[in-house]
Amino acid sequence: MAARIEPIVGRYVHLTLGGRSCRVYFEEAGHGIPLLCLHTAGSDGRQFRHLMNDAAVTDHFRVIAFDLPWHGKSTPPVGWEDEEYRLTTAAYVEAVMTFSRALELDRPVVMGCSMGGRIVLQLALEHAAELGAVIGLEAADHQTPWYDTEWLHRPDVHGGEVCAALVSGLVGAPAPDEHRWETLWGYMQSGPGVFKGDLYFYRVDSDFRDRVAGIDTRACPVHLLTGSYDFSCTPEDTLRTAATIKGAEAAIMNELGHFPMSENPARFREYILPVLEKVRAARA
Amino acid sequence: MIDRLPGLVNGDAALVRRGRFLTCDFLVEVGDVAYHVSVEQGRIASVTLGPASMRPWRFAIRAVEEAWREFWQPVPRPGYHDLFALTRFGHARIEGDLLPLMANLRYIKEVLETPRRLARSA
Repeated sequence: MAARIEPIVGRYVHLTLGGRSCRVYFEEAGHGIPLLCLHTAGSDGRQFRHLMNDAAVTDHFRVIAFDLPWHGKSTPPVGWEDEEYRLTTAAYVEAVMTFSRALELDRPVVMGCSMGGRIVLQLALEHAAELGAVIGLEAADHQTPWYDTEWLHRPDVHGGEVCAALVSGLVGAPAPDEHRWETLWGYMQSGPGVFKGDLYFYRVDSDFRDRVAGIDTRACPVHLLTGSYDFSCTPEDTLRTAATIKGAEAAIMNELGHFPMSENPARFREYILPVLEKVRAARA
Repeated sequence: MIDRLPGLVNGDAALVRRGRFLTCDFLVEVGDVAYHVSVEQGRIASVTLGPASMRPWRFAIRAVEEAWREFWQPVPRPGYHDLFALTRFGHARIEGDLLPLMANLRYIKEVLETPRRLARSA
């Protein structure tokens, strides 16, 4: 066959979340240690497609990314048309753990970016025994808000356009245009109010500064990686968080911004492959 | 640099098209120097050097000269690479009626970034 077909396979799983039935889309590629990937606010699991096409990763890891309900190809639960979507810490933890258990993942390494990087801290705190390790990309226990989320969902401003334009500067300046614009396309495609609803978790319901010191990194190792161009979760935010968690490892990634895996995959693998190597060594 | 906007923007058909629903005046301050930028359907109709008292504008973007200089580098360094990075770190302020700015955010950000092309082509 002449055409290039990627090794990524996508399927749907039915989960009960918050007492409601949810049809959840996930993609995966590779074999080995489960590496469960969590997308950023207002986007979806496609952000991890480069990792899923990287044999240096998939030879050793089963890379899995699911779209949260309301995101990507996962549908919102029945009745969504009359409600305001708001993600909470409890609902986010429930979604990740329910998905992991449904797929019977054995101590998955959970890697999340941005709000996904925030929630892995809570997962490490609550569910260390079930997890192999956590990797927080653009992760911190808290961040200072830098814009009014009311702009994200209103009839006189196009939601997709403004969501992408707001986050466009979070992409590192050196990012290749192809990957910069594909990353922003994800934001342009998000459903009305979904990015704003995710930011309810990120801005309002997830100040973890008073609890991350309780993470036991011997039970669940913590790795944090943040891009130098990220002014949302700044390098200082990440380093402050790492300093609070005994045994946590942190590194700052030059040239990268808030979406390392999708905005600049070639540069990102220079930073993530050594971390994945450590995860493998610790598990062997 | 702001006085170069008509040439930088109006020759860029994609950028003009992106701003085709925007007609408004806004203010850009580079240190103490104010520029009134007049946009008509995505084209920069005029840039007028201030001060121009009694001349209205919808929103203003103010930053010190050093911040703009860093912002207009071909590959700006972290913290100076985006309009909101400038505001987040206190290098710039945005004031006034933000609706035309937010409704045309990609356009406005790209208009302000066009001087980077001068450094790239120099």
